[in-house]
Amino acid sequence: MFSHKAAKPVVFILALGPLAWVTWAAVSSGFGPAGPLGANPIEYINRFLGDWAIRFLLAALAVTPVSRVMSRYGGWSGLMRFRRMIGLYAFFYVCLHLSSYIGLDQFFDWREIWRDITKRNYITVGMVCFVLLAPLAATSTNAMIKRLGGKRWTRLHKLVYPAGLLACLHFYMMRKGIQLEPIIYAAICAVLLGYRVVQAGRKKARSGGAKPAQ
Amino acid sequence: MLIKTKKASDVPSSEITPKSVYMDRRRFLTTAAIAGAGAAFGTIAPPGFGSPALAAPGRGPKLEGVKKSKWTQKSLGEELTEYKAVTTYNNFYEFGTGKTDPAERATKFNPKPWSLAIEGAVEKPGVYDLEDFIKPHQLEERVYRFRCVEAWSMVVPWVGIPLADVIKRMGPTGNAKYVAFETLNDPKRMPGQNRRVLQWPYKEGLRIDEAMNPLTLLVVGLYGEVLPNQNGAPIRLMVPWKYGFKAIKSIVKMTFQAEQPPTSWNQSAAREYGFYSNVNPSVNHPRWSQAKERRIGDFLKRPTKMFNGYEEEVGQMYAGMDLRKLF
Repeated sequence: MFSHKAAKPVVFILALGPLAWVTWAAVSSGFGPAGPLGANPIEYINRFLGDWAIRFLLAALAVTPVSRVMSRYGGWSGLMRFRRMIGLYAFFYVCLHLSSYIGLDQFFDWREIWRDITKRNYITVGMVCFVLLAPLAATSTNAMIKRLGGKRWTRLHKLVYPAGLLACLHFYMMRKGIQLEPIIYAAICAVLLGYRVVQAGRKKARSGGAKPAQ
Repeated sequence: MLIKTKKASDVPSSEITPKSVYMDRRRFLTTAAIAGAGAAFGTIAPPGFGSPALAAPGRGPKLEGVKKSKWTQKSLGEELTEYKAVTTYNNFYEFGTGKTDPAERATKFNPKPWSLAIEGAVEKPGVYDLEDFIKPHQLEERVYRFRCVEAWSMVVPWVGIPLADVIKRMGPTGNAKYVAFETLNDPKRMPGQNRRVLQWPYKEGLRIDEAMNPLTLLVVGLYGEVLPNQNGAPIRLMVPWKYGFKAIKSIVKMTFQAEQPPTSWNQSAAREYGFYSNVNPSVNHPRWSQAKERRIGDFLKRPTKMFNGYEEEVGQMYAGMDLRKLF
């Protein structure tokens, strides 16, 4: 199904769904407290965009392991084609999340924003995550892959691993008390990154074990 | 017939609009206004900012014999937060951590019958039935600002009794330096307690002078009606110069004691939540700047006032204290 010609445009449009919905809901209620976004629409919008940012980020991290596992069963070939798009959508929602914080929540109060970034740990963590993701989005084109060369590009894009961890940490720290939802996200992230650790370990063992035999 | 005629001729009393009628009229006007706006703009009618607060009463049973206090909407000079917002957007982790969880998950909660244990350094300790506990007191309406530590705020017409009157009735002894409060701990009735988000039961506390301050209220209602489950039924605290989490809900126990009691959020994160937790725009919180707040219904934030604007009434209690350390 992922190899179908129409699959890419369909996923592209579906991924715009959350943004379309929240925009409609905000505009139609005039950001007022009586609309579908509840009594505090600005908080709702900011959290909603953050939720989708972390979901896309974890989805991007899931593409490689899922397609590898599924290929063993001969299914879902072509899933890898979506990795770049999903990753870029993650960054897109990260940018929207940051913009809604700056423009709606803080209303461009740069002094307060700077204080938040330097003094409030979960915001510091969120900003570091944004800074890690920005170069990945900037180097996502074919031309940039060529310019950097495959090896360097791959090394650079490993930044997505710490970014995923920081995104989960940001979410966990933002919530008060010990809450379930951020723990679920962190657990998913741990599985996805754990897969890489295991794979890297196996690769090392294989190459290490192969040498004396040759 | 004769009696009826007499009653009808009793002009002065009939000129006073009964509260229920007044509230009903208000509800009618509100409904009409919303319906009108809906008709004019279809389903996408923007309520807009700065529109007058709609004092829409809810669906709860009315409280009888509530008197006005000196804390009215007029004396406060700020608009009431809509009933719907007050009752659908709040924190009550006993019913879940989302802001709409309490309204959605507390519907089945039955706060009747309810008993309240009074323990410790008082002359009349015991377990009181809530109705008997409230009966000797005059219910009054008080319009207070409500400031959440999460930097949002409301203006709510609470109905309750001054805690000071209750304390006087209980006869505190010399050892009653603090009052410790506890929320019901019953995961079957409060499903949020199935998760250890906090150490249950929820605990709060006040210094005795704070508890005796005329502003401190034991709340049993809002908007002239019985307190909705999601807002802490059947009885909760209101200390308007402190962050909202101090205003403990669904209270089952009050203990008078000599030592400062532990409090739930302080136990969870001592760096963030102090025992006093007075609203203070100049004390930097690790999580939220407390300099400003968003009044529910507003787009832009407004500056937060020292002691939430109640400095005159409560400031003297903290004279000489370093509020940066004792936050």
